[in-house]
Amino acid sequence: MPWMMPNILKNLFSSPATRKYPFETRQYWAGARGQLQIDLARCVFCGLCQRICPAQAITQYGNKKDPDVTIDYNPFACIYCARCAEKCPSGAIYIHESHAVPADRKITYGRNDISLSKGELS
Amino acid sequence: MSRITFPFGPQHPVLPEGIQLSLTCEDEKVVEVRPVIGYMHRGIEKAAERNPYPNNVFLCERICGICSFIHALSYCQLVEELMKVEVPPRARYLRVVWSELSRMHSHLLWLGLLADSFGFESLFMQCWRARETVLDILEMTTGQRVIQSSCIVGGVRRDINADQARQVREMLNKVKTEIDAVLPVFQKDYTIKARTVGKGVLPKGQAWTLGAVGPMLRASGWAWDCRSLGYAAYGELGFEPVVENGGDSYARTMVRARELVQSYELVLRALDSMPEGELAVKVKGAPPAGEAIMRTEQPRGELFEYARGNGTQQLERLKIRTPTFANLPALLAMLPGCEIADVPVIVLSIDPCIACTER
Repeated sequence: MPWMMPNILKNLFSSPATRKYPFETRQYWAGARGQLQIDLARCVFCGLCQRICPAQAITQYGNKKDPDVTIDYNPFACIYCARCAEKCPSGAIYIHESHAVPADRKITYGRNDISLSKGELS
Repeated sequence: MSRITFPFGPQHPVLPEGIQLSLTCEDEKVVEVRPVIGYMHRGIEKAAERNPYPNNVFLCERICGICSFIHALSYCQLVEELMKVEVPPRARYLRVVWSELSRMHSHLLWLGLLADSFGFESLFMQCWRARETVLDILEMTTGQRVIQSSCIVGGVRRDINADQARQVREMLNKVKTEIDAVLPVFQKDYTIKARTVGKGVLPKGQAWTLGAVGPMLRASGWAWDCRSLGYAAYGELGFEPVVENGGDSYARTMVRARELVQSYELVLRALDSMPEGELAVKVKGAPPAGEAIMRTEQPRGELFEYARGNGTQQLERLKIRTPTFANLPALLAMLPGCEIADVPVIVLSIDPCIACTER
C-alpha cells in the first residue's frame, strides 16, 4: 500500500477521470467510424456495396435500371468497417463520426423515397 | 483425507470469459484439475472457408476483442505469404505501431485484472484509466477503439500523418507517466508480492516441454518471442525479448510490466523511423493452390496460423492456434499443489483469452 499512496493523494486532489454522460459528451475523433449514412440522392444503385460488404448488411433488390430498385441496410448486421464508404463510386455512402444509437429496425432505401435522404440516421 | 470436486467457472469474478476448471481438492489443496472448454465456440474457422479471402480480415479480428489488430495482421501476412505479395515499408511500420498499441492496452487490461483478482481495486482503476488513453490513440489513428479494421491484405487502410504522430507522442507520454506511477506498485508492494511470488511456478524445462508460449515462456527464462523473427518492421527496430527467470506469477507480471515499457519505446521508434510511401499495394486474383503458415506474437504469446488455398476466392482451410490454447497444458501443470485461494491468481497469470482459444 505505501507504494500506492502518492497516486491516491494525487487522485484525491485531481479532477475526475470520468464524465457525466449523457450530459457531458466526448468530442469525436475526426475519421472515427461511428455510423453509416446513405445519401440516396447520389446513389446510382450499382450494387457494389452489397458485393463487398463482409457482413452482408446491405442488400439491393432490383438492378439500377429498375424504377423500383431498393437498398436494405441492416444496422444489426453492420460491423462498421467502412469498406462500402471507401469503395462507393458515387460517394453516396459515408461514415459519420458520432457513434450509432441503438437500432430498432432495418432501413429500406428506395429510388422514389427521397425523404430517406441525407442525414436520415442522425 | 476425503476429496471434493467443485467447479471453478464458467461464471467467476476473475474470469472475464467462460471456461470451467473442475478442481479436485484435499482440504485446501488442489490435487487435480480438469478443464472444460467449449462455452464460446463460434465456428470462425469454418465461416472463414465460406467468405471471400479479403472479408476474412474482418472476421479474424473478431476472434478476440483485445488482440484484434494482431489477429487481422496475422491473417493478412498469411495471405500475403500465400500470394507472394510485398507490403510497402510504410505499411509495415504502421502495422508495428498498431500492434504495439494493442499490446499496451492488453497488458494494461491484464495488470488491472490481476490487481482486481486479489482485491486491489484502486490499482485496477488506475491501470484501466491509463488504458483509456491508449484506446483513444487507437480510435484517433484507426477509427475505432477495439476493432480497428485498419489492416488489409496488401497493406493498411489508414495513415498516421505528422500532426497525428505528434498527438500520439503527447498522449503516449501521458500514458508513460501513468505507467511509471503504477509499475513500482506491482514491483514492490508487499500485498502483491505475497500473492504472486512463488505461486504457480513453471520451471524452465517444464515450460518448454509443455509448449508454453509468450510471457509464460519468457517468465521461465526462455528468450522466445516471435517478434524476433522480424515480421512487419520488427527486424528494423532492434527488438530484444524481455526475459525473467522466476517462472512464478510474479515473474509473469514483471515480463508484462517490462513489455509495456518496451512497447511504448517501440511505438515511438517506429513513428520516428517511419519511411514515406504508399500504404497498400493492390492485390489481384485469388490465393493460389498451396499452403502457408504465419507466426506472430500476440500479447498472450505466439499465434500460429495455417492456410491452404485452392485457386479460388475462398480458402480451402484456415487453422488458427491461439496462445491461450498452447498455455492451457502449462496451467494444468501449475495448479495441482496450490491453495484454493491462489487459483484465481494463477489462472489469471496465463492471461486467459477463451474467445481466442475456442474461436
